[in-house]
Amino acid sequence: MVTALGRRSLLEPRSLGEALRLLRDEGPLVPLAGCTDVYVGLHFGTVPQQRFLDLQGLRALRGLRLRGDTLVIGALATYTEILRSPLVRRRLPILAEASRWVGSPQIQNRGTLGGNVANASPAGDTLPVLAVAEATVVLRSLDDERRVPFGSFYTGYRRTVMRPDELIVAIEVPPVEGRQWFRKVGTRAAQAISKVVMAAVRARRPRVALGSVAPTVVRVPRTEAVLAAGGELAEAQAVLVEEIQPIDDLRSTAAYRRRVSANLLAQFWSETTTSRRRGRRS
Amino acid sequence: MRSVGRSVPRKEGLDKARGRSRYVDDLRFPGMLFGRTIRTTLPAGELLAVRLDFDTAGFTVVDHRDIPGRNVVALIQDDQPCLVERAIRHAEEPVLLLAHEDREALHAATVRLECRPAEPVLDPERSPSAFKELTIEKGDLARGFAEADLVVEGEYRTGRQEHVYIEPNGVIAVPGDGAVTVYGSLQCPYYVHKALVALLGLPHEKVRVVQTETGGGFGGKEDYPSIIAGHAALLALKSGRPVKLVYDRLEDMAATTKRHPSIVRHRTGVTRDGRITAMEIDVLLDGGAYCTLSPVVLSRGCLHATGPYRCENVRVHGRVVMTNTPPSGAFRGFGAPQTVFAAEVQMDRVAEATGLDPVRLRESNALRPGDTMATGQRLGEDASALAVLREAVLRSDFHRKRRAWRGTNRGIGLSLFFHGAGFTGSGEVMLASRAALELRPRGARILVGSTEMGQGTRTTLAQIVAEVLSLPLDRVEVADPDTARVPDSGPTVASRTCMVVGGLLKACAEEMKERLGGLSPAIYLKRHGPLTITREYAPPPGIGWDDATYRGDAYATYGWGCDVAEVELDPVTYEVRPTRVTAVVEIGRAVNPLMAAGQVEGGTAQGLGYALLEEVVLREGRMANAQLTNYLIPTTLDTPPVDVTILESPYRHGPFGAKGVGEMPMSGPGPAVANAVRHLGKDVRSLPITPEKVLECASLSTADAPTSTHRR
Amino acid sequence: MRFSLNGRRTDVDAPPLKRLLDVLREDCLLTGTKEGCGEGECGACTVLVDGVPVNSCLVPLAHVRGRRVTTIEGLRSRLPEALVREGGTQCGICTPGVVMAAATLGPRPTAARVREALAGNLCRCTGYAGIVRALAGARAAPPPRVRRARRR
Repeated sequence: MVTALGRRSLLEPRSLGEALRLLRDEGPLVPLAGCTDVYVGLHFGTVPQQRFLDLQGLRALRGLRLRGDTLVIGALATYTEILRSPLVRRRLPILAEASRWVGSPQIQNRGTLGGNVANASPAGDTLPVLAVAEATVVLRSLDDERRVPFGSFYTGYRRTVMRPDELIVAIEVPPVEGRQWFRKVGTRAAQAISKVVMAAVRARRPRVALGSVAPTVVRVPRTEAVLAAGGELAEAQAVLVEEIQPIDDLRSTAAYRRRVSANLLAQFWSETTTSRRRGRRS
Repeated sequence: MRSVGRSVPRKEGLDKARGRSRYVDDLRFPGMLFGRTIRTTLPAGELLAVRLDFDTAGFTVVDHRDIPGRNVVALIQDDQPCLVERAIRHAEEPVLLLAHEDREALHAATVRLECRPAEPVLDPERSPSAFKELTIEKGDLARGFAEADLVVEGEYRTGRQEHVYIEPNGVIAVPGDGAVTVYGSLQCPYYVHKALVALLGLPHEKVRVVQTETGGGFGGKEDYPSIIAGHAALLALKSGRPVKLVYDRLEDMAATTKRHPSIVRHRTGVTRDGRITAMEIDVLLDGGAYCTLSPVVLSRGCLHATGPYRCENVRVHGRVVMTNTPPSGAFRGFGAPQTVFAAEVQMDRVAEATGLDPVRLRESNALRPGDTMATGQRLGEDASALAVLREAVLRSDFHRKRRAWRGTNRGIGLSLFFHGAGFTGSGEVMLASRAALELRPRGARILVGSTEMGQGTRTTLAQIVAEVLSLPLDRVEVADPDTARVPDSGPTVASRTCMVVGGLLKACAEEMKERLGGLSPAIYLKRHGPLTITREYAPPPGIGWDDATYRGDAYATYGWGCDVAEVELDPVTYEVRPTRVTAVVEIGRAVNPLMAAGQVEGGTAQGLGYALLEEVVLREGRMANAQLTNYLIPTTLDTPPVDVTILESPYRHGPFGAKGVGEMPMSGPGPAVANAVRHLGKDVRSLPITPEKVLECASLSTADAPTSTHRR
Repeated sequence: MRFSLNGRRTDVDAPPLKRLLDVLREDCLLTGTKEGCGEGECGACTVLVDGVPVNSCLVPLAHVRGRRVTTIEGLRSRLPEALVREGGTQCGICTPGVVMAAATLGPRPTAARVREALAGNLCRCTGYAGIVRALAGARAAPPPRVRRARRR
């Protein structure tokens, strides 16, 4: 740990209102949820911000529930809570699956959905799921509430529409029609950063989203259009590899990411052709 | 036998499992300061100036001018400075040392290094200088190729591997009156002692090195600790206070030694019926910026380069060269995993070229008792290549799977390997290791410089003594490796400790038993006073080695191994998943079968990491993936079941027949997995076998024709 | 900061952002919890917070206010003995973390369940074989065989 944590400050609000007031009046403040990303940054000395806002005391941000037809997941829901939730397993099973693929049990017990969304990594494992689920990000500031469609939430590499005085309070998921599919291709069998991660829904209007192949999580509308129009899989694959923008990096290559994305599309299509999902967890 | 041959629980096991064992970072001393190392970022150039951009009050600052003795890391060539003076030869080279009472203040200090960059040498094939070059020759290569019906050529590559002991490097230096004591996580207290004496210019008895409970070594704490110990000692002597210097994972990975990367070229002549008539092998190792142990790594690599096979006409030529990268060093296997990888994939390619079954080909050419190796060494009765091969093939049901899985996405492959136990050539004689046994009222105390780092030394050495003296194991103590109290038993490396040091202790115990003459230790001590028996190494009769001609008995004896790897290729992601490994080893005698098996299980897992996952990525000579999130070692879900069989064929000159086991398991998985991948149709000739590589590599139906053939 | 540590009420005066790992090792003088990486990858720092395994290198002190923290020193378990018996501990540095991460496994877990629960604990020495044997039973991981080689 190279950061002098004793010289940084932590504000500990006891209510959402107090937290939002602090964000407005005493910012800039970095919100702390599960800390599984921020503390890695602090360890390596890559977090220059000096002041932090602890969200752990905010009950309003916890819990998972159904409000009418909508699945409401509190921003502080941990991966463990998500993967064990009967509600999630019924309504959005691919979110439970993505949560199982995040890190290790120790990380799952602490990391939060809100944190994954706010962190804005292009490799975030839950992000393609929320993208195909066409979720809504609920943002609150002291005087305002915004509901941002997930597809509009990211504006660029690690950039979101969030204002410094806003917090994610919940993710809302409408009913998802169709067969859900998810696969993460990681650097190894467990505790892996994704090289390619894909979520998809097979319905009249198919939805496909990928992570780690562009500066943000992306839907691939041109590919979806080919599939929706009943086009050949090979054509959809050809459109897909042009629609994504993978790069060479420390973990993998653009060529690999393109090829595997195309393969994943084929696997999604063949496995959702019948209603039974064949096991594909490695 | 009451002790030897039994899987007795490790002596310190419960302390470890309950978190009571104290590793170096668990210790604190009154008035202790924390240390930090400032390092270069350039791979080559000149250091022009050091700017301290912070308030130095409360800080101890050390640079090369503070070195009382010689600015050198004393090892083989003494070419490596302890701290940079002017020339920069690799990234992460240490320049300045800081110490402070408060860790936060320590890390907040900013230091600027003003440097003039120079063009670095980063490609070993373009290096202008070699640390060592050697040639091993036997027979007549030209004649051997003339006899051959086919010639198979190939080039094989392996990358840099990082040890990832879960406990990073760390030491605490405590200054005394014109003296210093260093406590630390290390394998060789006497290596550190020698290095400190040279660096600090202190008399031998004023330097004391004590090994603390060590959380893994694998060779990464063989020579490197001399550097970190030197740094801590310099800070301690200048400040007059104890200094704790413990690396975090990033610094440890970026700055410490790695396995030598290799490029090995083979040219093999073989007759149609599978007799190998000529082997021409070229070995190139990348030594990094300084010599460290490279000559010995090259030596062991070349001596294992032919694989465990006999051949009348052999030429092995090896070089280890300089590049401007962090120095390569010792790592379990020490050159053999690299050259055995090449030899064993080459063997499968020879099998493909001749149309022979890979098991048959190996059986025809495997070394047998009485055969002569490339250096002229004649093998004794304990040459078990055939025994391990046959056992592994049988146990894994190799032939049936090999047929049944052809054309599927499952593959099965094997590797046959061996490992010389003990130091190469005249090394053991030069070490002149000593061991001592002290009589105690309740039993005996072992005094050796050999270290426990998880491999079981403390327990197995005690088992040997307990057996001879007919004592319960808990009556045989093992003294902490403290240079003030124990003799120099040589380094804990080279798979030598049980065989060589255990052998010395057995002799000590036998003499002690004779002197006791049936008396209990307590009574003997009362009647005759203290008794300590010391023994020094003497080579087994009939072995000889000539360093000048590189001929003779390269090693006193060898361990033998065969791995069969079963893998599955995922057609969507190109990932190669190991599903099972069958490992058979012949190691003379298992003093503690559970611990010997533990070396095979652990070494196989580490070998699977080398085969599939682990790759140090350098960018401009600096490690770019120095985090555990990016440098990947196998997790529970990456490691398949490993089926272990230990064959015993007692070695006449080992204690109760024991040879060595620690390193050998490292050599098997790389080639076994590569050969399994060949079986399912992919031509990979380098490690690690990443999915990206599998995607890009040739398919075997087109690429398996040998690069050059010459038919009679 | 008040919390329960190994069943005892504890009050630690330390910065709220200080890592729980450092609080345990330095302020509470409990060195059984180890630092292997500082980035939440190796699991050597695993402790239980309210009975749940977490990486203490990624937990600020503030997050254990009013909670129950259990370290290796305070865990009642037969797992340490089983690990020693089955060769599941060699150098020992990962072992406390393994014991803590395994604390939530029920009785007689399968080998697969053990591997999943310990996917966040890196071991470099054992190849996990002895660990799986200790936790899932000796038959869950193939035990080694020792035989005399026949001389040919």
